[in-house]
Amino acid sequence: MTYLIQGETGDWEVVIGLEVHAQAITNAKLFSGAPATFGAGPNENVSLIDAAMPGMLPVINEMAIEQAVRTGLGLRAAINKYSVFERKNYFYADLPQGYQISQYLHPIVGEGVVTLDLSDGSTRDVGIERLHLEQDAGKSIHDQDPKRSMIDLNRAGVVLMEIVSKPDIRSPEEAGAYLKKLRAILRYLGTCDGNMEEGSMRADVNVSVRPKGADELRTRVEVKNVNSVRFVMQAIEVEAERQVEVWEDGDEVVQETRLFDPNKGETRAMRTKEFAHDYRYFPDPDLLPVRFDDDFIERIKATLPELPDDKKDRFINDMGLSAYDAGVLVADRETAAYFEDAAKGRDAKTVANWLTTNLFGALKKLDKGIGESPVSAIHLGELVGLIEDETISTKIAKDVFEEMLKTSKAPGDIVEEKGLKQITDTGAIEAIVDQVIADNPEQADEVRGGNDKAIGWFVGQVMKASQGKANPGQVNGLLRAKLLG
Amino acid sequence: MMSDLRDWTIASASDALEKGEVSSVELTGAFIEAMEAGRTLNAFITETPELARERAAESDARRKNGDARGPMDGVPIAMKDLFCTEGVRTTAASHILDNFIPTYESTVSGNLRDAGSVMLGKTNLDEFAMGSANITSYFGSVKNPWTPEGANANLVPGGSSGGSVAAVSGGLAIAATGTDTGGSIRQPASFTGLVGMKPTYGRCSRWGVVAFASSLDQAGPLTRNVEDAAIMLQAMAGHDPKDSTSLPLDMPDCRAACTRDAKGLRVGIPKEYTLDSMPAEIQKLWDQGAQWFRDMGADVVEVSLPHTKYALPTYYIVAPAEASSNLARYDGVRYGFRKDGASLDEMYELTRGEGFGAEVQRRVMIGTYVLSAGYYDAYYVKAQQVRTLIAEDFKKVFNDVDVLLTPTAPSAAFFEGEKMDDPIAMYLNDVFTVPASLAGLPAISVPGGLDTSGLPLGLQLISGVCQEETLFRAASALEEAAGFTARPGEMA
Repeated sequence: MTYLIQGETGDWEVVIGLEVHAQAITNAKLFSGAPATFGAGPNENVSLIDAAMPGMLPVINEMAIEQAVRTGLGLRAAINKYSVFERKNYFYADLPQGYQISQYLHPIVGEGVVTLDLSDGSTRDVGIERLHLEQDAGKSIHDQDPKRSMIDLNRAGVVLMEIVSKPDIRSPEEAGAYLKKLRAILRYLGTCDGNMEEGSMRADVNVSVRPKGADELRTRVEVKNVNSVRFVMQAIEVEAERQVEVWEDGDEVVQETRLFDPNKGETRAMRTKEFAHDYRYFPDPDLLPVRFDDDFIERIKATLPELPDDKKDRFINDMGLSAYDAGVLVADRETAAYFEDAAKGRDAKTVANWLTTNLFGALKKLDKGIGESPVSAIHLGELVGLIEDETISTKIAKDVFEEMLKTSKAPGDIVEEKGLKQITDTGAIEAIVDQVIADNPEQADEVRGGNDKAIGWFVGQVMKASQGKANPGQVNGLLRAKLLG
Repeated sequence: MMSDLRDWTIASASDALEKGEVSSVELTGAFIEAMEAGRTLNAFITETPELARERAAESDARRKNGDARGPMDGVPIAMKDLFCTEGVRTTAASHILDNFIPTYESTVSGNLRDAGSVMLGKTNLDEFAMGSANITSYFGSVKNPWTPEGANANLVPGGSSGGSVAAVSGGLAIAATGTDTGGSIRQPASFTGLVGMKPTYGRCSRWGVVAFASSLDQAGPLTRNVEDAAIMLQAMAGHDPKDSTSLPLDMPDCRAACTRDAKGLRVGIPKEYTLDSMPAEIQKLWDQGAQWFRDMGADVVEVSLPHTKYALPTYYIVAPAEASSNLARYDGVRYGFRKDGASLDEMYELTRGEGFGAEVQRRVMIGTYVLSAGYYDAYYVKAQQVRTLIAEDFKKVFNDVDVLLTPTAPSAAFFEGEKMDDPIAMYLNDVFTVPASLAGLPAISVPGGLDTSGLPLGLQLISGVCQEETLFRAASALEEAAGFTARPGEMA
């Protein structure tokens, strides 16, 4: 579905590229060995290197290299066996070295692809331009003192993977789908926790617009540091609309960096091209180029988990799920694992239904994630098993499920305790059926007189009399035999 | 105790300490007195007599217990104030590092400490090691002990390791550390009649050494003779995982390589090192050096290093470029000097404007310029390409010869005030030392003789990458042949 902005002069298309800064999960920072954990007190995770003390030198954290390669493989990208760390020079109070060590001309990962799962069940590929490693800066805090700024260097030197997409994205929805899919891939790989609130995933959004059908790319604007999927989508929407207005007013969009203000729902100019930094990139002479061989890549490849796209294919082809259900279930690694545990030996489609309609709904009400679900995957599987072997009906199963949510008990135990086991003994059911027919002679005559629909009423009465435990199929058969036979 | 402290070498001190003829406390005490009496040289920025006495006592205790740690144990030395020293003020001779006291010890000074040597204090240098005369220090110029009596001005000791050579040459320390980026060990050694040695890039860890130009900076010893340089280098060098550019190799036994035998050694004389403007006596000494080698049975041949003339301009692009980035951390935010301003930018301007001296500012500006958008390819990238060509020149030549013999500097020590207003003339001091720096090669300056005014002149030997043993062999032979014994104050 094409996303177009209706301007006064016609329809406009939006061209979007995303630069995502993903904090890599590592044992330490990129060059210093200091811990990279979130939540420490101000300046507690700071080494001499992070603070850029005189004479301190960076040493590359090998785990960061592994995580970048792992991520590159997950993005089906070219892995560069030779890459170079360069210095990006600029002054800021929370940048202790006066330069950020980053990769510029020779990134560790080259071109790759991310497949978007769109809401209508269709897919679309977005190209990855590159992934490079760089160190994060510290944090400036301006609201603690009227005159001074405070600096927290805990984040300084933390490993970031900057993942740059090609300008292949055409709508806010696709941008959202891209971020969600990228996050899913990173989480599957275990290379980034994808937590946008804690800042471990941040996005810069490049937006430009052009008349529908045009091939040229117009001037792009970079919207910096947008920190949620929703804000990214909103920022694109308002920025694209702003640009359409600028062009239609006969002005030119200027190349600049803007900030998105979610409160006002607008973007504001941060700095224009004339004030853009000259970063004076040059290879960091304190570090040697990163080189590794095919064996290194192969060793990492051997440890890769099944990724969302492959899992989705398997769910569709081997387990018979719809593309939509498969897409929903693989979006989150934990959900997919839950599903697979629950579906072991059961009908996968029934399990998928219980999961996406009943459990998701319940968890949402409880405001809990799948990891905190009171109903375990094993128990959900058992519940479906009880339906499959006709121990309980689907209707009773819903009651059992409610009880499972409350108590986390095994469904078999609940059925046992509450005596919910389905009655399949023909004799017992026949007794109830006879009783109901005897109690309702008028209605029985109606059925006998040819009103087939009234038989449904009898089924309901029998089920009621059995407290829902009678096997509905058997009840139906017996009623038909007795009234119509 | 010897009456003239300048008679002490590392080897002789180690010997005397081992034989119990002197204790480290006695030896150190004598040098502390000399250091205090020699303050007119301005060789030290920070004196650490208490620390020295403490370490000397520890050394004596170790020796008493039979735990002496080798030839450096108990030997009083001076430390260039570019090495960060735990608990001891470290300045890089700059105002911007005001009152900076590191909580850590550089690998090289730590290695020397662990080898038992006794640090007397931190020696003066050109600010951030940028200079060839030790006149850019925030703590004042250093006086060359060779300054003739009655002269109106002081002779400069060379630079940037000016304080270190003044201390050793003036008898205030037995040896000293230096650092060499484009000649900062070798040129001052030449100006003061000492041996100054820069090892292969990566032999000495740069961890904890205030950075000037990372791809060039190397620490090395400044000593009275070649054997001492070998002993001291052995203690300083070694692989350090904290420096990614550190060579993962053990240092060969350089002391054993000092055989004083040049028989069969192939010595190359690079013809491009002949300068039109070179004083006749430098040429004469160079010729003499070649003759000494011939007389010792070496094979002396003329060789060509065709890209030599580009070395100096290349160096003065690469070194300032790296320096401009390396010195960005001195911003007044975390340590050192700060001058407050109304905004962050103004604070930077005031702090760096006042904290850095003129020469440092000049190089930071040159470096910023050559890395700027639009100039980067024409300057920095081109310079790196030329640097590769220079290294290839050397590589080719070392297929045919073992060492190269050149003058160390294009002149003897000059008077303070000369060359001051012309940075280019000052930069020319490095013309013979810079090529080996760019190629990362080991090189050594050995005193060759005196000029007509009685000032020392050095000869430089350069060898291939990691060929320190060959270099020390050649240097010990050259030293033997030159027989240099002159001392400051005994000038004609």
